[in-house]
Amino acid sequence: MNKPPLLQLKDVHTFYDNIHALKGISLSAPQGAIVCLIGANGAGKSTTLMTICGVEPSRQGEIIFDGQPIHGLRPEQITSRGIAQSPEGRQIFPRMSVFENLEMGAFLRKDKEGIQNDMDWVFNLFPVLKDRIGQLGGTLSGGEQQMLAIGRALMARPKLLLLDEPSLGLAPKMVEKIFETIIEINQKSGTTIFLVEQNAQMALSISSLGFVMETGRIVISDKASALLENERVKKAYLGE
Amino acid sequence: MVRQELKKLVIYSFFLAIIITPMVGFKNADFDAVRVLQTLAVLIGILVLNLIVKLVRSKRPQRAPGYKAWTERARERIELIPKLYTLGGLILITAVFPVFADNYMIDVAITCLIYITLGLGLNIVVGLCGLLDLGYIAFYAVGAYTYSLLNLKLGLSFWAALPIGVVLGMTCGCIIGYPTLKMRGDYLAIVTLGFGEIIRLVLNNWDSLTAGPNGLFGMQRAALYYPTIQEGGLNWAIYNIKSLPSLYYFIYVIVILTIIGVRRLDNSRIGRAWVAIREDETAAELSGVPTTWIKLLAYALGAGFASVAGAFFAAKLSYTNPNFFLFMESCIVLCIVVLGGVGSIPGIVVAGIVLIAAPEIFRGLESYRMLAFGAIMTIMMILKPEGLIPAKRLKRELVETQANE
Repeated sequence: MNKPPLLQLKDVHTFYDNIHALKGISLSAPQGAIVCLIGANGAGKSTTLMTICGVEPSRQGEIIFDGQPIHGLRPEQITSRGIAQSPEGRQIFPRMSVFENLEMGAFLRKDKEGIQNDMDWVFNLFPVLKDRIGQLGGTLSGGEQQMLAIGRALMARPKLLLLDEPSLGLAPKMVEKIFETIIEINQKSGTTIFLVEQNAQMALSISSLGFVMETGRIVISDKASALLENERVKKAYLGE
Repeated sequence: MVRQELKKLVIYSFFLAIIITPMVGFKNADFDAVRVLQTLAVLIGILVLNLIVKLVRSKRPQRAPGYKAWTERARERIELIPKLYTLGGLILITAVFPVFADNYMIDVAITCLIYITLGLGLNIVVGLCGLLDLGYIAFYAVGAYTYSLLNLKLGLSFWAALPIGVVLGMTCGCIIGYPTLKMRGDYLAIVTLGFGEIIRLVLNNWDSLTAGPNGLFGMQRAALYYPTIQEGGLNWAIYNIKSLPSLYYFIYVIVILTIIGVRRLDNSRIGRAWVAIREDETAAELSGVPTTWIKLLAYALGAGFASVAGAFFAAKLSYTNPNFFLFMESCIVLCIVVLGGVGSIPGIVVAGIVLIAAPEIFRGLESYRMLAFGAIMTIMMILKPEGLIPAKRLKRELVETQANE
């Protein structure tokens, strides 16, 4: 019954030079779940994701993924273990085609057939990308770029998918579409999803667990449904 | 529009004056006002030309959506001919060139080819990987001096010294690459600029080894060995690559090998990783590109090609001195890459020919030569900001044809 969590952070500290950005983060994401991290701008949400990926290495603390410690590994080693991130602000490769962007997502993989299958799957999730296969990434609309960023992360066939603000700057309809797809990815492939969001309502409604972050610390961690009822969360993040 | 442009012009000229005056104004510690004014006049002339071209462009009527510029149409024409013929024809023409040209033309052509090699090498660093390198000529110097020293002090032949020079060049590439891994854009440019100057100053001042500003001379030419039958036995005869046509063919082969090498790199996994780093370093890192190694590799390979060109250069002249490796040379190589179309191999070849041959063609203009040269560069950049022959990524074409089927 009690499976070990896929991802576990224990008292993680990250610094940007002297700025103490993460002041001892502890959280865990169960296998196959959708987990979300909410909080205001500058709370350290993106830093948390970058620390998990090894781009901003932690100075202290443990990160356990799939039973193995991954802190101190280089980003490419972490990616090869099955963590992929769709970074904030739709960081796609603007002067590479949609096809090349997706191909880059599978950079560390060598199984041609598997890559082809996954690309078909991504096109299945986001049919619009297939229509734009030869178009340069930078010429896509905001929503399409977000899809491309998620698709690219999926091309690594991750066990854990980190999504940084997938709803940022998108029209409400597009946000709905993206969240539907996130659920679909989670249910169909069993990929564990770690979602970072400002859109707390939306994020909590599709997650099973939620963490609330304030100035580099996790201040509340609870079931997502409980957080939706939590007075403090309601007041600060749900605008009620 | 005119007012705006004029305002810009005045501001730019002002800044240029501030920057340029101390650089060119002093000669033997005397302030030479005439020289300053001349230089300023040239620069302002270029800016005015820029303004005129911009005005002409803005007056040009809007084109119908289906309209294609003549360059575009010419390109389509050329693409109708099978690639084999175009390439074969070009190779044939360039191969028989020395037969019909005089020595002066061949000499200019050799310089063109050297700069094309340098441009192709720098293209890896700047064009593919997106790292602005202003000290690239340093690796050219490393190649030239390595061959010179190994030949003069140890008597090594060109072929024995070449790999050592390349390895040393690549090592230098890594040495400059490593501390700058975390830097981007402007900062990187400044550091590489400094590195280029350090190498030159070391060469200039290390009298006991490099003979300082006098330079090194008396190196052997590169030689080819071929078997002959003389006096009954099989012997190895030596053919020194000394005459201009033979030097031409030598660098010609180097250029072709470089083109093949760069092309293969461009289309490889490493090439894609370079482009990904250029496009977005964080995203590349998250996609699993080992950015540290891939960037170092770009520096090392770029430096390697420059070292080959440098060794050839030293062997050609049988002389080398630190003043061949001024900052200006780095600029010219960078201009070749940018003007040709960043990341585009045919573009760099064309730009190499244009930029090196143009000052020669304008020799008749005497002291206005560099003005004409600057004007050509300015006009080219305004008319075709993406470069003479913009890079077209092969993969994309493939995919598009797949998608259309």
